[in-house]
Amino acid sequence: MSAALRPAWMEKPRPLTRAGKALAVVVLVTLVLVPFLVIISTSLASNKEVVDNGGWVLWPTDPTVRAYQQILQGGIVTRALGVSIGVTLAGTLFSLACTTFLAYALSRPGVFGAKPVLLLVLFTFLFPPGMIPAFLLVKGMGMLDTYTALIAPVLINVFNLVVLRGFFQGIPEELYEAARLDGAGDWQTLWRIALPLSRAALAVVGLFYAVSYWNAWFHASIYLDSGHWPLQQVLRTYVLGGAQIADTGMSEAGMVSAPQTTQMAVLVIATVPILIVYPFLQKYFTKGVLTGAIKS
Amino acid sequence: MVPGLAYFLVFHYGAFAGNVVAFKEYIPFDGLWTSPWVGFDNFSRLFSDGAFWHATWNTVAIAVLQLVFFFPVPLAIALLLHSLTSELTRRFVQSVVYLPHFLSWVIVVALFQQVLGATGLLNTVLGDAGVHSVDIIGNPDAYRPLVVAQVVWKDSGWGTIIFLAALMQVDEQQYEAAAIDGAGPWRRFWHITLPSIRPVVVLLLIMRIGDILSVGFEQMLLQRQSVGPEAGEILDTFVFWQGLVGGDTGYAAAAGLFKGVVGALLVYAANKVAHRLGEQGIYS
Repeated sequence: MSAALRPAWMEKPRPLTRAGKALAVVVLVTLVLVPFLVIISTSLASNKEVVDNGGWVLWPTDPTVRAYQQILQGGIVTRALGVSIGVTLAGTLFSLACTTFLAYALSRPGVFGAKPVLLLVLFTFLFPPGMIPAFLLVKGMGMLDTYTALIAPVLINVFNLVVLRGFFQGIPEELYEAARLDGAGDWQTLWRIALPLSRAALAVVGLFYAVSYWNAWFHASIYLDSGHWPLQQVLRTYVLGGAQIADTGMSEAGMVSAPQTTQMAVLVIATVPILIVYPFLQKYFTKGVLTGAIKS
Repeated sequence: MVPGLAYFLVFHYGAFAGNVVAFKEYIPFDGLWTSPWVGFDNFSRLFSDGAFWHATWNTVAIAVLQLVFFFPVPLAIALLLHSLTSELTRRFVQSVVYLPHFLSWVIVVALFQQVLGATGLLNTVLGDAGVHSVDIIGNPDAYRPLVVAQVVWKDSGWGTIIFLAALMQVDEQQYEAAAIDGAGPWRRFWHITLPSIRPVVVLLLIMRIGDILSVGFEQMLLQRQSVGPEAGEILDTFVFWQGLVGGDTGYAAAAGLFKGVVGALLVYAANKVAHRLGEQGIYS
């Protein structure tokens, strides 16, 4: 803990208050972190330890990465991991591009039809179309069992759009005018002025899209057949559904780890990318989210 | 602008038009537009269906529980964080409590199973201590507290952001002046902190009430089967089960449309109330 930065006027808190706060902080942090610890430890534990302990391990005495080696040998999990990475990359790219274009167009004064379009967009927030019509539409467009079905129906998130639009609006008008006087067209102004000045907002929105594509499973479960599933849907079926990964021909060499260990390893694999992008996300999001939220 | 606009026209307004299926008897072979019209038959069937009202009741019950037990938690955490004088500790706690928000529901539900399930952490600890084990996962009676606990775990940290922002905007000088006038920590809390964040609290509360028919679809769908429809069915899973699993497309669309219309009316009404109370509301 760093030294307390107490303003001069604030009195020293009573010991009881301090203890109470410290306790609250510790409880809070423990409640969040213990589940993670259980998952990671169990995924690293040996077969025997898991069985002895009745299914979970808080701290492995003899850590091994065998479970990871097994599931990444090129079975259902490896394939699902590839699908998840692909969908996340492609989806984030398309979503970010389309959101940026629309947000930019809606942020500039005097764009033809900007006002009705904005209302049109905001209305969808109030009244979403519903699950059945959305399904019929995807089916009607012949997108069943294509990865397009995971991206196209969720291409633009209204909240992200509003955040970016707010950012673009916050850029001083003089900069745009200067660019226009220098003969820059709409595209050039966007590339040279708006985008470089909105890096933080673009990073937040991009990461939000990436997280949501990575975490999505419901659309995959209704639109794709099981051979094309992304990781989260595989996780749902084999960890929550209790089906054994071994049953599906995942590893011909035979299972040497307890199923529990394997399941936890899949869980860790699905979580790790989030933990990797999280520090980057954290750096920007409070600022990005708040500008958007307050302006809307 | 064109790709974005096209997206909204096709996937929102296009899909929206698909709601006509609620007034039809959908025959997959004929397709949406040539299936025969049945007027309000789907709706009258819906309103006389006990399972539908049961799902509605579950939805509202879970939403009310969330309102009572989930809504105050972010506010409490925000107040705690705001009162910490150590910048480093505050940053650390913030990073930790935001984290669960970014996990998928699949992972959160799996974590809960791992900790609270029949062979999970809690029961093993209880077993070691010689206490009778408790069945929390898959027990219909425990379902409502369980799903509320999950939401609290996943999103209460995230919910603090907006309250913290509101707290940051309170003028430091007000505290200083009050302290010089002899107001202790509690009086400062009561007379400065709370009144300053009142608008944000009221706004979020109203938004939540307007949104009461939506309680985490993914979360509920993942767990519906382990407790059965009696406890686990909400409006969204009802639509999913009837329409996409059961194939009763028009019927399910009617239920979805009912939810959409009532939801939109509630948001509209909540916003009106916000204006009446002199708050800004979601839109003006």
